[in-house]
Amino acid sequence: MLPKQKTSPEDAAKPEVLLEVDGVTLRFGGVVALDDLSFNLYKGEILGLIGPNGAGKTTCFNAMTGVYRPTSGAVRFDGQQVSGRKPHRINQMGIARTFQNIRLFPEMTALENVLVGADSQHRTSVVGALFRLYRVKPKPEELPTVDSANGLVRLWQQVRRSSAQVFGISRHTLEERAGERKAYELLSFVGIDDRANDLARNLPYGYQRRLEIARALATEPKLLCLDEPAAGFNPAEKEELLELIRKIRDRGFTVLLIEHDMRLVMGVTDRIVVLEFGKKIAEGAPAEVRDNPKVIAAYLGEPADAA
Amino acid sequence: MTEALRQINERRRHVLGGMGDRWRALPRWQRWLTLLAGVAFLYYLPFLGDIPGTNLIIPGLDWFRTDSIDGGANWAGVLFVCALYVLVAVGLNVVIGLAGLLDLGYVGFYAVGAYSVALFGSAESPVVGALQEQFGLSSDWAIAWAICIPIALAFSLVAGVLLGWPTLRLRGDYLAIVTLGFGEIIRIVAKNSGWAGEAQGVPGIPGPEGPPSPDNKVFGLLDIKPWYWLALSVVLVMVLLVRRLEHSRVGRSWLAIREDEDAAAVMGVYPFKFKLWAFAIGAALGGFSGLLFASRSAFIQPETFNVQLSILFVAMVVVGGSGNMAGVAVGAFLLAYLPERFRDFSEYRVLAFGLALVLIMLLRPQGLLPSRRRTRELQDRAKEPANVA
Repeated sequence: MLPKQKTSPEDAAKPEVLLEVDGVTLRFGGVVALDDLSFNLYKGEILGLIGPNGAGKTTCFNAMTGVYRPTSGAVRFDGQQVSGRKPHRINQMGIARTFQNIRLFPEMTALENVLVGADSQHRTSVVGALFRLYRVKPKPEELPTVDSANGLVRLWQQVRRSSAQVFGISRHTLEERAGERKAYELLSFVGIDDRANDLARNLPYGYQRRLEIARALATEPKLLCLDEPAAGFNPAEKEELLELIRKIRDRGFTVLLIEHDMRLVMGVTDRIVVLEFGKKIAEGAPAEVRDNPKVIAAYLGEPADAA
Repeated sequence: MTEALRQINERRRHVLGGMGDRWRALPRWQRWLTLLAGVAFLYYLPFLGDIPGTNLIIPGLDWFRTDSIDGGANWAGVLFVCALYVLVAVGLNVVIGLAGLLDLGYVGFYAVGAYSVALFGSAESPVVGALQEQFGLSSDWAIAWAICIPIALAFSLVAGVLLGWPTLRLRGDYLAIVTLGFGEIIRIVAKNSGWAGEAQGVPGIPGPEGPPSPDNKVFGLLDIKPWYWLALSVVLVMVLLVRRLEHSRVGRSWLAIREDEDAAAVMGVYPFKFKLWAFAIGAALGGFSGLLFASRSAFIQPETFNVQLSILFVAMVVVGGSGNMAGVAVGAFLLAYLPERFRDFSEYRVLAFGLALVLIMLLRPQGLLPSRRRTRELQDRAKEPANVA
């Protein structure tokens, strides 16, 4: 009933482990939130992490993104230990996330929000932005254009173009422009470029969700973690979101999806890990998981979720 | 009462609120021309009312000068202090307005800048004295003023980093309290250390033309106009530099940190690094202002750098409109200028000053020329408790 996900041949032959959750246990006082949890996330796949409310999905997510440090066990990303690193380091390693309760920068425009994400790839800092002494030879398409009909303005444009050819353009300027291009491109990728210059706080809910995804993608992650991206969406919007998640995967990102809407998870994921009370009770392709009696008992059988 | 206030506020927002928009809607060359004219006017200010080179006066403008009243202060001198305070406000605005860190000890950096030029530039300072003895130099040897500038900037920058490093892990009010203590520490250390001249302070601080002396042609003791022009030029350059920061990755990071520090961190912004930079840049600007102050006064003593000055600095930023550079400049100017212009009221001066502050806070809690983002942030924060309840 659902389109079979296409996987490239080399991925299918030998999947490369991107993220490894290895025997992670997390205790809060007497509460065992995660109990010896192990699973792998392979490059290029969409992995769903599901479970009934309170199963430990978000806790697991937080342990994977470095918010919590596991009591025992380890989370490794690309072979490197994740736990214990600062959030911005984890982002630099290549993990980006969205938040269950949207956390944009409300007073910045949509474009600026994405720019903050894009900035994480840039190297100019305070000194570079202040003095702009680090010059880079621009590519031909990056040179200022001479297109004005007004003679004076044209002369000025010509001067700017020549000086850019001779002295180069500061890295700061090039990065700003590249960031802006990338931000526009991502906004149109998630389908909200028509409101690029609106403040994030004024965007409709669905746009805010998409903006969060665009902002996370701007950091050029290897792994994109989506924490209940469809919360509060109606079925039509969910359908669009599914489409978007597939598009993201097709761009080469690996996606981890936390969701309790079963239809959404079944429709888009390659594999699913099911949690209950902090334990993994099932793992496998959507169809297998759906038929797993343990999962049905724990989760799908409940009428509340069928609705 | 509150209803009336609200109505006044609404009306003001109508009048002033559109100003930024109207400004941005102007063609570029018109904005440039306006700015140029504004800058020219700033350089003309010391002559306010006169037409230089002639005996003519422009009637009416004279009223604004502080020396138009009996016992009024030297007009150029007041302008010089205004320029110093604007520089301080621009620096403090980086810390409070852009990065959102409440710093109540800003006078500490002002003092570090002032003491740097005093201790290294004055032939009579204990530090230079020790250097003279150590290297067998003559008794009027001291480090040149021009070299004192990078020294002062470096020292205040380092002071900013030293204060920021341990304290920026604190947030909000806790940070404010620690910085408040820092300002006092600098003053008390200066007051009690032999190498800093103790309570007597340090005399003989040089200016651009070397140590203070009646022979100085431009930067003398009597004519303060060149000092004002020097300070104004520094202010203009610094404003340009801070603007560059504001409209760069750094400014965006500050804004993101101010709005949601955790989300910013997850997006790859290292909050600590950028907050530390904000502190260091703010400190350097404060230090530069302190340097100019010390050079002009030729003599400093620790009691100048008291808590009151810190509070005044914060008041300038808050009154002007934290987050908006034009706003804080206006705030700094007014807070330096008004008390001087209305000296007539002598002992009521402080009362009037206080009343004016209270009125501003009632009528325009976001400041005179608020940053639009800051305004909404504050409004949101005011609404938050209501939403929770």
